[in-house]
Amino acid sequence: MNGRLLLQIGWIFGSLSLISIGGANVLIPEIHRQVVETHAWLDSESFARLFAISLAAPGPNIMLASIIGWHLAGLPGLMVATVAILTPPSIMALFAGRGIRRWSETRGLQVLTAGLVPVALGLMLASGMVASRAAHVGVTGYAITGGVGLAVFCSKRNPLVWMGLGIIAFVLSQSF
Amino acid sequence: MAAPSSAPPSSSPTMGDLFLGFLKIGLMGFGGVAAIARHVIVVEREWLSDEEYGKLLGLCQALPGANTVNVAVMLGDRFQGVIGALVSVVGIMAMPLTTLVAAATVYDHVAGHPLARLVLSGAAVSAAGMILGAAAKLLVRARPSPGGWICAAAAMVAVAGFEMPLPWTLACLAPLSLGFAAWSLRR
Repeated sequence: MNGRLLLQIGWIFGSLSLISIGGANVLIPEIHRQVVETHAWLDSESFARLFAISLAAPGPNIMLASIIGWHLAGLPGLMVATVAILTPPSIMALFAGRGIRRWSETRGLQVLTAGLVPVALGLMLASGMVASRAAHVGVTGYAITGGVGLAVFCSKRNPLVWMGLGIIAFVLSQSF
Repeated sequence: MAAPSSAPPSSSPTMGDLFLGFLKIGLMGFGGVAAIARHVIVVEREWLSDEEYGKLLGLCQALPGANTVNVAVMLGDRFQGVIGALVSVVGIMAMPLTTLVAAATVYDHVAGHPLARLVLSGAAVSAAGMILGAAAKLLVRARPSPGGWICAAAAMVAVAGFEMPLPWTLACLAPLSLGFAAWSLRR
């Protein structure tokens, strides 16, 4: 029935999983591009809302793929998206884990970490910006993104506290 | 140097231990699983020392995939082989996926309601802020070299500013950043 859609979902998340250095948080702009722009499966606002749910729910951030799969093709979509984004990195982790005792003291691993981590974190910053833009709520939205970002950066509280305050601030700002 | 301290403890965790340990990590990880993962693995179950865990997590940061899922794979495999890795991943994903299905079902019912849309748009811009704040925090903590800072900034501008596709961005910046890292770490 929608086997083609399931294949596409599996292909997109499976291939993106290979470049998800540091987790799915670096993938948000690319998932947005594929799902909203290339395939037009979702509008940008819906994408932003699904992203919000996936981040507020407990668990690893790769669940953005799961909830998009659910939204596009129900339970089969969720299973395909989740397995697709989990499997390739897990296989790599399996082999890396077996090698770690040999590598952990070596310079190669230090170089790999020192080289890739800053790029991954720069991509994560881009993800935050693209996600805020995807919500399409204008200057107020950017202000709240900035405020929550600053609060998370400066404090040690659970970030969900700041997310809750951000939601309240946004709803109030739109009500007057 | 195969340090004797990195040998598995005499009583390795069983499949059941792994499943329950990672089930708990998945269940408790509201707002990010990193903190609770360390607590369960190092403090509560004593599967690894703090130092070993730090080393493992450091490796996971440079690998593709969610960090905690990678930790689950590596620990499951270390203690119980490939099946242990599978059990650990199923454990860490079970509760989050159940919660997510519940949340998505609720969303499907309220998606048309104006207040629900407003709250979720607010949640989206706030969640974007959470990611920005967390990334900034991690970046400062990682203490990159000047070359690392340049690559981080370039990655951000390329993707957020110029909407460059991620594979191209990585293909350009990863070798550059690895080169900077190799250069700054020599001698």
